[in-house]
Amino acid sequence: MKYLSEYRDPELVQQYLEQIHQVTTQPWKIMEICGGQTHSLVKNGILDMLPEQITMVHGPGCPVCVTPVSIIDEAVYLAKQPNVIICSFGDMLRVPGSEKSLLEAKAEGADVRILYSPLEAVQLAKDNPDKEVVFFAVGFETTAPANALSIVHADTSGVKNYSILASHVLVPPAMEAILSDPENQIDAFLAAGHVCTIMGTEEYYPVVEKYKTPVVITGFEPVDLLQGILMAVQQLEKGEYKLENQYTRYVQREGNRMARQTMEQVFTVSDRMWRGIGTIPQSGFEVNERYRQYKSRIRFKMDLPVAQENPACISGDIMKGLKKPFQCPNFGSHCKPEHPLGAPMVSSEGACAAYYHYSAASQLA
Amino acid sequence: MQLSCPMPKFDFDVITLGHGSGGLLTHKLLQSGVFDILKNDLLDQQHDGASFTLHGKVAFSSDSYVITPAFFPGGNIGELAINGTVNDLAMCGAIPQYLSLAFIIEEGLPMTEFWEILVRIKEAARKANISIVTGDTKVVEKGKGDKIFVNTSGIGLVHPKANIHHRNIEAGDKVIVSGNIATHGIAIMSVRKGLEFETSIESDTINLNHTVEKLLDRFGNDIKFLRDPTRGGVASVLNEIAELTHLGFELDQKNIPVDEQVEGACEMLGLDPLYVANEGLFLAVVKAEIADAFLSLLRQDENGKNAAEIGAVNTEHPGKVLLKSKIGGRRVVNYLTGEQLPRIC
Repeated sequence: MKYLSEYRDPELVQQYLEQIHQVTTQPWKIMEICGGQTHSLVKNGILDMLPEQITMVHGPGCPVCVTPVSIIDEAVYLAKQPNVIICSFGDMLRVPGSEKSLLEAKAEGADVRILYSPLEAVQLAKDNPDKEVVFFAVGFETTAPANALSIVHADTSGVKNYSILASHVLVPPAMEAILSDPENQIDAFLAAGHVCTIMGTEEYYPVVEKYKTPVVITGFEPVDLLQGILMAVQQLEKGEYKLENQYTRYVQREGNRMARQTMEQVFTVSDRMWRGIGTIPQSGFEVNERYRQYKSRIRFKMDLPVAQENPACISGDIMKGLKKPFQCPNFGSHCKPEHPLGAPMVSSEGACAAYYHYSAASQLA
Repeated sequence: MQLSCPMPKFDFDVITLGHGSGGLLTHKLLQSGVFDILKNDLLDQQHDGASFTLHGKVAFSSDSYVITPAFFPGGNIGELAINGTVNDLAMCGAIPQYLSLAFIIEEGLPMTEFWEILVRIKEAARKANISIVTGDTKVVEKGKGDKIFVNTSGIGLVHPKANIHHRNIEAGDKVIVSGNIATHGIAIMSVRKGLEFETSIESDTINLNHTVEKLLDRFGNDIKFLRDPTRGGVASVLNEIAELTHLGFELDQKNIPVDEQVEGACEMLGLDPLYVANEGLFLAVVKAEIADAFLSLLRQDENGKNAAEIGAVNTEHPGKVLLKSKIGGRRVVNYLTGEQLPRIC
């Protein structure tokens, strides 16, 4: 467990905590972008260890959570077509659409498979030439390269019965949407380390400059998070705003060139609807014209009506950091992981699920 | 493990629907296969059921085994089906005596695989010192099963000193786990289709009845509660007990034993070891005064060498399980909901 245990070292954790307590003189709201960071904060009990003045706000970085009902409906529609095998990452299966989830469609007889890599879906298409294989491609910049690569593989190996239903979203436009919201209360961001491992650091400078807000690229382990929080608070207390990189062991300025090239080859940037937030311009990826035959929406001539989000779910306010899961009247009563009203309660990265599964001891009634 | 019994010559290479018809093929399969390998006086009567006399308080348990894949690192569905029911009886404080064994086989199962399962069943029954005295074999059409499903039910005699019940648990009692957690679940996951990863992790499926019997001999009713945390893992069992007893359970993460490879696999898959299924493992809630002696006796046993005290019972947060994380934070440990699914990014 080397490269892991040192980032969970109780003594280092204590040192960073002490420093955070020392430098904090006033209230700050810091948003961690990624759901993985949220889970680490909650799972390790870090929220209760921070100074009271620091509020961690849980951002929209959970791809399952921000996938809108309409796209779930598209996936369910495809699952119900004869001769279709629809594949996805496990988390997506439980997310409720306007009528049902993929898991319910599966129980009714649809061929829905959980895969761990989109490349397996291409293999599945090769093995089942008489079926149409659809990969439900969700995720941020982290999962996009592999999904793009699956199309390149299908194309070069002449696989014609494969397509993807893309619901790819991008981090910087979401940060801008949050910062430009008149109700915004976020003082600083912890950017997602793995997203920057792929994308590099360049695209964050304009956000920092335009909104005069500190951004610290941060990892996922307790020591990473505390160091990231400390770097953010130090900037805030000094009245500075700059881009800093806590996750230097993985993140380089130019990111992962090969991954970026593959994405650029297959995808084009498009407007994207975010669950609970609405449409954010230029905030997602769609398969480009060159590869249009691998786009499920074209292949199946889909034109479904836009579905309404469940009004009882306040996921938008949660992902913009305006409310905490506990402040939702349905949290833990009408909305639980086994019967969720919205995606943040389903996904392993969702803020509501994190609070439900690992809530801080101080929250015990 | 090498097959310790040479496979008899069967007329077929695979199980067919005819083997479950009750006719000649069933008869031949049982005669040359099942009865022969599982031989004992009660089974040899070849009657519709077994009749026998028991003296004392009886425990009775049943479980079905549908594991995918049926063959996994460290074992197969056969021994799992024996150990599972044997352990359920042991958790009742009972000494297992007799088991029933029923197969639902999907047509097309290679005879060699069926034989391997039988051999493991025989070996597990021998180790646990129980007799399989009645059973059933059904065959379903291809596509209607998943190779083979097994059901076992068992009867045991409750240990005279045992008084296992959640209502005996009190604040101050200690929670002990008999070994490394999450090993079985990760061993299975490492060979699941689509998720294969290279590892030497093997399932720790084993019978625990002799281990438990020794502990009951010595500590009797100071052992308040026993449970094997199979599906849902340690977290789900403790939540169940917390709810039943209206007591709080506080765990110390740094004391929870997890094999390093298993911990690494959990990290990679995004799983929490507390929710991963176990076999060959039990949780015990014991009186605080005997905790050290219990632990030291358990550690002398082959099945308990990694045993550890992982937490205690309190009245502070009734019905809730809390965990003190390795870095010192405290959080709630909830029930497992649905299936633990690997994370997506």
